[in-house]
Amino acid sequence: MRRYAKALATTVLAVSLTGPALAQETIKLGALATLEGAFTVLGEDSMRGVRLALEEFNHTAGGKKIELVTGSSDASPDSAVRATRKLVEQDGVQVLIGPLSGSEGLAVKDYAKTQPNVTFLNGSSAAQDTTLREPAENFFRFSTDGAQWMAGLGEYVYNEKGYRKLAVLAEDYSFPYTQVFGFLEPFCRLGGQAPADARFWVPIGNKDYSSVIAALPDDVDAIYVALGGADAVNFLTQYEQAGGDLPLIGGSITVDQTVLGSKGKTRDFVVGTPSAGPISDTWDDQRWNAFVEAYKKQFPDAFPSPSLFAHAYYINTKAALLALDKVNGDLSDGGKSFRDALTNLEFETPTGMVKLDARRNAVADMFLTEVIEGPQGNLVNKTIKVIPQVDQTLGVSYANFLKYGAVSRENPKCE
Amino acid sequence: MRQFVERHSFWSFVILVALGVFLWLIFAVWPEWLEAVLGRKKTFVNTFLNGLTLAGLYFLVASGFTLVFGLMRNVNLAHGSMYLLGAYIGYEAAEATGNWFIGLAVAFLAIAVTGILLQVLIFRRMEGDALRQTMVTIGISIIAADLMLAIWSGATYQFDPPEWLIGAAELPIISAVRSSGEAVYLKYPLYRLTVLGVAVAVGIALWLFLNRTRVGMMIRAGVNDRDMLSATGVNVQLVFALVFAIGAGLAGLAGVIGGTALSIAPGEDIRYLLASLVVVIVGGLGSVTGAAIGALLIGLAEQFGLAYFPTYGVVLTFLIMVVVLAVRPQGVMGQA
Repeated sequence: MRRYAKALATTVLAVSLTGPALAQETIKLGALATLEGAFTVLGEDSMRGVRLALEEFNHTAGGKKIELVTGSSDASPDSAVRATRKLVEQDGVQVLIGPLSGSEGLAVKDYAKTQPNVTFLNGSSAAQDTTLREPAENFFRFSTDGAQWMAGLGEYVYNEKGYRKLAVLAEDYSFPYTQVFGFLEPFCRLGGQAPADARFWVPIGNKDYSSVIAALPDDVDAIYVALGGADAVNFLTQYEQAGGDLPLIGGSITVDQTVLGSKGKTRDFVVGTPSAGPISDTWDDQRWNAFVEAYKKQFPDAFPSPSLFAHAYYINTKAALLALDKVNGDLSDGGKSFRDALTNLEFETPTGMVKLDARRNAVADMFLTEVIEGPQGNLVNKTIKVIPQVDQTLGVSYANFLKYGAVSRENPKCE
Repeated sequence: MRQFVERHSFWSFVILVALGVFLWLIFAVWPEWLEAVLGRKKTFVNTFLNGLTLAGLYFLVASGFTLVFGLMRNVNLAHGSMYLLGAYIGYEAAEATGNWFIGLAVAFLAIAVTGILLQVLIFRRMEGDALRQTMVTIGISIIAADLMLAIWSGATYQFDPPEWLIGAAELPIISAVRSSGEAVYLKYPLYRLTVLGVAVAVGIALWLFLNRTRVGMMIRAGVNDRDMLSATGVNVQLVFALVFAIGAGLAGLAGVIGGTALSIAPGEDIRYLLASLVVVIVGGLGSVTGAAIGALLIGLAEQFGLAYFPTYGVVLTFLIMVVVLAVRPQGVMGQA
């Protein structure tokens, strides 16, 4: 009996030692999103995007089972790096999808350089320099950046709406800088104005906008607002309460489902607000409709239509799974052949074809939209125009694009 | 008052002049040179009112916090969770009944009961062990945050207050004079004025309760010397439970009021906990008057920072805290 027990113990030990070998049969996929803080609702929808892609592949890719490990951050760069470290160094994920927010992306990209054998795919973070300047070899972004998302909007409000002078209200970090740059660059080149003293930068998680609203100038044609999640909801309500009557122009996540789908009062006055981004709720296309149907079926309690975040995480997860299929789930070479497969990957997404440029940033179709009241009385974005295959350098060469300078509060000057 | 004037005649003169200048800034029509320096009068007065109303909200949250600390020496770091839980429960009640005031009442009662349960079931078991209590409250706040996230998800919620509370009120303050000579009066959201009104009412009620009633007297005696109070035959545990109920209930009430003025979302618990901590550190732990002064300072600093230098506005709040800690570590109204 004693010997038997000893043998059993040895077996248990042996089995536990073969753990790493067994891991070859499953691939650990990490997903990182903001499940706390001001962007919680965005993070929740992101995770739906990941699960949607996994469900589509039946949780297998390249003949191997995909095990999902999730991590959470709060939109601050240090929390994102902490969560990433935990996923990579403790949980041992070989492929990571994330993070969600702009400055988190910059921090995770820098961390990626210290982990050459792990492959990082972006979540929805859309700061420009995550891939434009000093990119990491193992960081891929199949979702696009915030300046690409603004494609066509600057020209549209100048030519069609006739706006000449704007105020800007945005959160104070890299993603809104990228959006403001992408929006103002064409707008100002056409002759529009957005002087520095009419730009308001507020911290993430700011709740009380009443004083900012009071400080907004009267002599502008419209306000460009780039706020996300709870911040945007707060601003819109308070702007309405304060009797604000200037028309708005929305950043990509300001009039997104994460804001339009919030609980409580409806905000009818945002109807007509133009915006632009990587998705459009009402795009009548078979690929998009199939995506919306799958989303509604898998998550009946979620938003009436998937948000930009679900979309971005879905695309990046799907890219990872497609590339895993190509290499038969073989990551034994430190993921090198997997990354080669990702680099050459070109695939059909719910919003059209996506491929990567030389710095592993996506080239994809963009949508110019306007908020309308949907069939069930909820607010949705109507497609005005599709801008095909927008690249990160917005149509100019890489060298020339760098001359525009890094995105910041004052770029472009626009006076 | 007279003593103060006699002893510090120079400083009372400075304070009087500052007050005079301030009132002039609010009510007078600004000459052009002043607009050139400070910007539009509308911005200035609006920011001032915003600071005042935000201070009202902060006071509602922080007064409960400071009351509990004053009597029980218990730093309740789950106070922010009570705010958020109150907001969610109030929202559900208001949705179910269609009446915002029922939401308000339910939030107050539900959180008051929660407070009593916390005191009786948990804090009573570790009385006098401040560090353990503090750690336990942190634990509770983390668990509560995750439970609330599981129940109410991460979505942003907003209340629908009664119609007559929304809209703008015209104030007897002239913001500008049109070229035709017609005066433009300042408009301000009515609801935010209501927040201020509720805060003032709660402040006065608390003061009366503490200074004019028998129970209030017991509470004040308990703040000074707990053991002596219990030696006189007062059931201290009952007084503790009552104070905890009032403190927590106020946080729940503030949840509905604040959730209507702004919004409810995960993360609000930490924000209000931090705000109340800063407010009571500046005002002095344990003093309700101190909480009012601290809330005023922090509310005004936050709003003026946001309006005049939004990028670095956050620093102002903590600068005030640092200055107070350096000059008067016990807080403005705190007892050393």
